[in-house]
Amino acid sequence: MSETHRPEARGEPIDSTITPAGESTKKVEEASLLADAWRSLRKNPWFIISAVLLVLFLGMAIFPQLFTNTDPRECLLGRSRQSPSAEHWFGTDVQGCDYYSRVIHGARNSIAVGFIVAIGTFIIAVVLGLVAGYFGSWVDAVISRITDMVFAVPYILGALVFLNVLESRGVREVAFVLIIFMWPTMTRLMRGSVISVVNSEFVLAARALGAGPITIMRRHILPNSLGPVIGYATVFTGIIIGAEATLTFLGVGLQLPAISWGLQLSDAQPFLQTVPHLLLFPVIFVGLTVFAFMTMGDAIRDALDPKSKK
Amino acid sequence: MREPVLSYKDIRVSFATEFGDVDAVKGVSFDVMPGEVVAVVGESGSGKSVTSSTAMGLLPENATVHGEVLLEGRSVLNMSTAERRRLRGADISMVFQEPMTALNPVLRVSDQLIEALQVHDVAFGAEALERSIELLERVGIPDARTRIRQYPHQFSGGQRQRIVIAMAIACGPKVIIADEPTTALDVTVQAEILDLLRELKEELNTGILLITHNMGVVADMADRVVVMLNGEVVETGPVTKILSHPEHPYTRRLLAAMPLLRAAGDPSLEPERVSVTERADASADGLAPNGTTNGFSGDGAAGAASVAPPALQAKDVALEYKFRRRATRVVHDLNFTVQPGEIMGLVGESGSGKSTVAKAVLGLLDVAEGELRVRGMNMPALPSKERKTLKREIGVVFQDPAASLDPRFPIGDIITEPMVVHKEGDKNSRMARARELLDAVRLPSSVLNRYPHELSGGQRQRISIARALTLNPTLLIADEPTSALDVSVQAAVLDLFSELQQHYGFACLFVSHDLAVVDALAHKVMVMQNGRTVEQGTTDQVLRHAKESYTQQLLAAAPVPDPEVQARRRTERQRLLAALA
Repeated sequence: MSETHRPEARGEPIDSTITPAGESTKKVEEASLLADAWRSLRKNPWFIISAVLLVLFLGMAIFPQLFTNTDPRECLLGRSRQSPSAEHWFGTDVQGCDYYSRVIHGARNSIAVGFIVAIGTFIIAVVLGLVAGYFGSWVDAVISRITDMVFAVPYILGALVFLNVLESRGVREVAFVLIIFMWPTMTRLMRGSVISVVNSEFVLAARALGAGPITIMRRHILPNSLGPVIGYATVFTGIIIGAEATLTFLGVGLQLPAISWGLQLSDAQPFLQTVPHLLLFPVIFVGLTVFAFMTMGDAIRDALDPKSKK
Repeated sequence: MREPVLSYKDIRVSFATEFGDVDAVKGVSFDVMPGEVVAVVGESGSGKSVTSSTAMGLLPENATVHGEVLLEGRSVLNMSTAERRRLRGADISMVFQEPMTALNPVLRVSDQLIEALQVHDVAFGAEALERSIELLERVGIPDARTRIRQYPHQFSGGQRQRIVIAMAIACGPKVIIADEPTTALDVTVQAEILDLLRELKEELNTGILLITHNMGVVADMADRVVVMLNGEVVETGPVTKILSHPEHPYTRRLLAAMPLLRAAGDPSLEPERVSVTERADASADGLAPNGTTNGFSGDGAAGAASVAPPALQAKDVALEYKFRRRATRVVHDLNFTVQPGEIMGLVGESGSGKSTVAKAVLGLLDVAEGELRVRGMNMPALPSKERKTLKREIGVVFQDPAASLDPRFPIGDIITEPMVVHKEGDKNSRMARARELLDAVRLPSSVLNRYPHELSGGQRQRISIARALTLNPTLLIADEPTSALDVSVQAAVLDLFSELQQHYGFACLFVSHDLAVVDALAHKVMVMQNGRTVEQGTTDQVLRHAKESYTQQLLAAAPVPDPEVQARRRTERQRLLAALA
């Protein structure tokens, strides 16, 4: 360049505006996935609402005794189907058990299914999506076609068929069947997310450097493609809690004597007109939990989206 | 005194963002007369596009506009939405930068042109079709009557821009706003499009508001120039005055930063430039590489004592892209040699295969035929382990500094990544190396803990260069490293680049479409067209004594920032093209 420039162009490159190290007012902001997300989440009122609700429901699931001292299995037929009162806040069910206590204890199984399925599908989706998106060609073709095939079976249908065969159905069985039929959506999402990153120049630069596929996937592709998937996984947890309730209501989910919101809904169905509160309370709890997860998922997805960054 | 057709009066635009209001334009006033070309010049962020968009009412919703825009005396900003919509296309029309995205890909060209005419009640049905064909003929699309039935992707980039221009002039607008109309085009196509705009302007007496960052385009087209910096006008005046006797220091700096192609006999030319290692390749045209027999010594370091093998050598290389098992050959019979410490410029227009060559050298594309030797070793044939070791010798700088740095890595990690990949050094020595390199690219070591998005484009490109140099490569591949940067930033980065090259003595394959940039840096130049070598030799031979007509065309099409010289070059170019035809 040297000869073509008149001297004044040299000394002061217009772009060096970096302030020296002494700068104190603005602290160095991290751009890691989580730090990024946290910064924008803190300011999002929807995140705060959903976080409070989730803490509440998770508390219920893990430490139900914090919310009630009544044993949910202490049932006296003599007080069957009572209306809500000071003694029994949510009234009592057909068997005469305290309904408030049962609803609180129901959180554990419902949320457990939600978490197990969400984590299971997340792992499958991340691994398959990453491999399919990164390697492309026939690897992608095989994985994508399998995904499409599973995707074509409605999860309700698949779960009905499989769960009907099982003799005893607990949280594990229900979660397993749901994982089998619900991983494709998230896998597709992950694959798309990986493909959008895999052709970027920083990945090319790493490949040109001689970095192997594992290094590139771990260091560059994963952190840049997880955002939308994490967001979706949170929404997905809500969907699963709803799905568990649906399956249990249809009679193929959890079985008595387990306590879950789906079972309560199922049991309350015949008394819809006479004692509607038996239906009302579990519906409110399922609804709020699903709402909390979905709102949280949306907030997280927005926070992790690099495009929303200023 | 003529009335201005479009005038901006004290325009202020601010954008409401979550970090408060940002003033993008701070009181800008200027006029466009009928039949006049006013060029608004400035670097990115100067507010030049925002200012001109106020006339179209196409700003995003979070923008607040103050001031007045008069179109033939009528205030545009006070109009209702419906009135303003009628104005667009009829009285003011726009030509955008990227012709592919400005045209709807699923509609035939005929439909899009007819729509433009019908929306403004100019013509309907068969008459509109006839008018559209006339318009296409007017903008120089051959065989317009049949081609009008085609879709945008069936036209070349230059032709698409002609179609966009045809749409813009469809309703006989009073003003055309051309926002970087030639930036996405090759230099020869750029010259043609500018010729077309000039003709149309004289024929239709339309005012043209030309937004550009290229001073050469300004010299070629403009009557008057408005120079903008940070949302303010710093200087305005007739083109000859601004380009020959700029007053404001910023204008001077912009002009000084513009790389120039030097003509033969330019006093700044050295008698003969010699590569850093003083081993100027005797065979000047590089077609006959000297002494290649010792190429396979297998041990670069030991062999270096005697005659070092060339840093990069291509022998009859052919490259192809595979799509659904069908290979398309894009590069044919490529031969060149880059000696250690030598910069070779690889020049060509889009589709010439120059970036494909860079990809192949980086090992990102398999070589279909021939040998590609890095330090004497045929890289594609090596087992993968040795290939990885050899890759240490190659550094790379890509075009887009925003895309080539991982947004989730702090700068320190980005620079030391090559060391991590090749398992070299420990944490302390890596950080020491990063500091050293930051110093070399003249950035403070405080940026170590920052993230790419906190830096400007020029700073990011310095980081890219630092990363490329981490392992002390003998060969650097630079693929259009400055074409995404503003000119003043480009000048600084190029200065730095040549300084680093002197200091570290790496060989370099410098891919670029800009002949002036290559002229400033390279020892040798190779010109490519459609995947084949057109001409190669020393920079002086190729750029000042070009033998091939294609090289001559390329050279003639590059505009220079001096209106008089540019007018002369224009006629010369037309003579050259006429002679070829």
